[in-house]
Amino acid sequence: MTLAPARQPEKVSVSEHTEKRSNADTAFQAVVGGCSLLVLIVLGGLVVLMGVGGQDAFKTFGLGFAFRDVWNPVSNEYGAWAPLFGTIISTLIGVLIATPLAFGTAFWLTAIAPPKISAIVGTAVQLLAAVPSIIFGMWGFFTIVPFMARHVQPFMMHHFRHVPGINMLIHGAPFGTGLMTAGLVLAMMIAPFMTAVMRDVFSAMPGMLRESAYGLGATRWDVMWKVVVPWSRSGMIGAIVLGMGRALGETMAVTFVIGNVTAVGWSLFAPRSTVASLIALQFPESPAGSLRLSSLLALGFILMLLSFASLSLARMLRGDSK
Amino acid sequence: MSNMTTLSPGWAPNPCGARRRRKDRVATILGMIAAGILVLVLTSILWTLLARGIVGLSAGALFKPMGPPGSGGGLANAILGSVIQTAMALAMATPLGLGCGIYLSEYGSKQNRFASCVRFVSDVLMSVPSILVGLFVYQVLVAPFGHFSAFAGSVALAILAVPIIVRTTEDMLRLVPVSMREAGAALGATRWRVTLFLCLRSAKTGVLTGILLALARVSGETAPLLFTSLGNQNWSFSLNHPMASLPVTIYQYAGASYDDWVQLAWAGALLVTLGVLAINIAVRFSARRG
Repeated sequence: MTLAPARQPEKVSVSEHTEKRSNADTAFQAVVGGCSLLVLIVLGGLVVLMGVGGQDAFKTFGLGFAFRDVWNPVSNEYGAWAPLFGTIISTLIGVLIATPLAFGTAFWLTAIAPPKISAIVGTAVQLLAAVPSIIFGMWGFFTIVPFMARHVQPFMMHHFRHVPGINMLIHGAPFGTGLMTAGLVLAMMIAPFMTAVMRDVFSAMPGMLRESAYGLGATRWDVMWKVVVPWSRSGMIGAIVLGMGRALGETMAVTFVIGNVTAVGWSLFAPRSTVASLIALQFPESPAGSLRLSSLLALGFILMLLSFASLSLARMLRGDSK
Repeated sequence: MSNMTTLSPGWAPNPCGARRRRKDRVATILGMIAAGILVLVLTSILWTLLARGIVGLSAGALFKPMGPPGSGGGLANAILGSVIQTAMALAMATPLGLGCGIYLSEYGSKQNRFASCVRFVSDVLMSVPSILVGLFVYQVLVAPFGHFSAFAGSVALAILAVPIIVRTTEDMLRLVPVSMREAGAALGATRWRVTLFLCLRSAKTGVLTGILLALARVSGETAPLLFTSLGNQNWSFSLNHPMASLPVTIYQYAGASYDDWVQLAWAGALLVTLGVLAINIAVRFSARRG
């Protein structure tokens, strides 16, 4: 009450005041909108610059660049097939191993484990997802590679050498590096990530569906397989595709364990290379403006397209489930 | 199967139920094995790091700069370089990410085409291979200037940090109840005041979590730094010159054939991992409390 008269004189300028106010608001909106625009520009620039940097390679080798099976710095001839092949196969192996692991873990964590243990194991899985990729690389290099070289490969050679079909896949000297090792390490990297997404998808399901299934006498696996999985199918596929996107572009971990030889072949145990590992290894030694640099950028462009496609797919599928 | 029927007296023998129960048991065991494998991998990584890294983790490793093999060099300049570049990256990414996140949550309704476009782009950036970010920054900030620089490295890291901050900021601001905004508006506060001093403040913990997560992600990144800040054998404080960083040093040393370098690589790996995991654990605890 006593304040009212004191405020009186200020009210005269109220229209001016509101104008200032709306000015400040507009400015604020402009600033935060500008931030958004900047983010947009960064990605646009990323895509465009990869394409522009790679245009020399695309011009020289044509669009067939993606399917040429040469990578020869000496004769200055480049093609993306060998690293692309490595990327695709190692990613496939990684996803094939990681999917059942992630699904099993998510199933166990959401439906079976007692809450306390589930919380601890869940934390451990999330921490595993946070471990930097270079650490996975070193771990793979110092533990998985020797294990593959000393145990897995000799074992496979001994038992499957004469089995047609399989002998093609295991052909090669036991270096321990190669697509299989890379796929294994990738699987260990993306499985915790996929587990986290699947867990979210599973727990997003209305509890009533679950409870009614239990009420009908279903076992936990019945509930999982016949209620949860159909309900969250697209979300699960989204999780798998997201994991795939990670595996596609993984650099450091793969560089350590793949052996880095640009070649194409059926053997999963021979040294190969991937797009990302090839870029990481050869970029520093490629002079600016050279065809080799341009080819590497063109590789980057292709990788960008792959990761873009996988993300769009994952988004579409996840959008469906929501 | 006869076992099952005797176990449940009073019920009609139900071979189908027994099969379902057996399936359930197999699935349970397989699920447990899957979870066990992941836990085992984490333990194996931590064990390897501790077993090999703790030996190299001496005062010399922490406080001496890098040196040629056999000279008793350490990791001090790499550690400092990492701290500087990460801090720079966060200093750039935080305002940008906050601004973008605020825009998306406050002005980015479903009908806003621009906002949904930005949201999509931010998602793409979150999953873009980090090595491509390195290539991009190389073309923008390294090639035109003709030399590698710590600034370029920080920008590359910032690009990786922004989408994480954007996502958490938007999500957290959306959790702020409408009634709070209305209360602010009813008191005569302008929209930007409401946003910054009411919404952002009440979502503080969540937003901070996002920034910390971005920090954790960025501090272990190697690939984007390879072509931007390159690495450096000596002390370097200039943002205009190549600067050492812990992950890149680990990468260089781990593949070397000198024992003391490999040992330093493990010590560095242990440091990075402990740092990243500590941040993650802190985030989880603060999230639980908040």
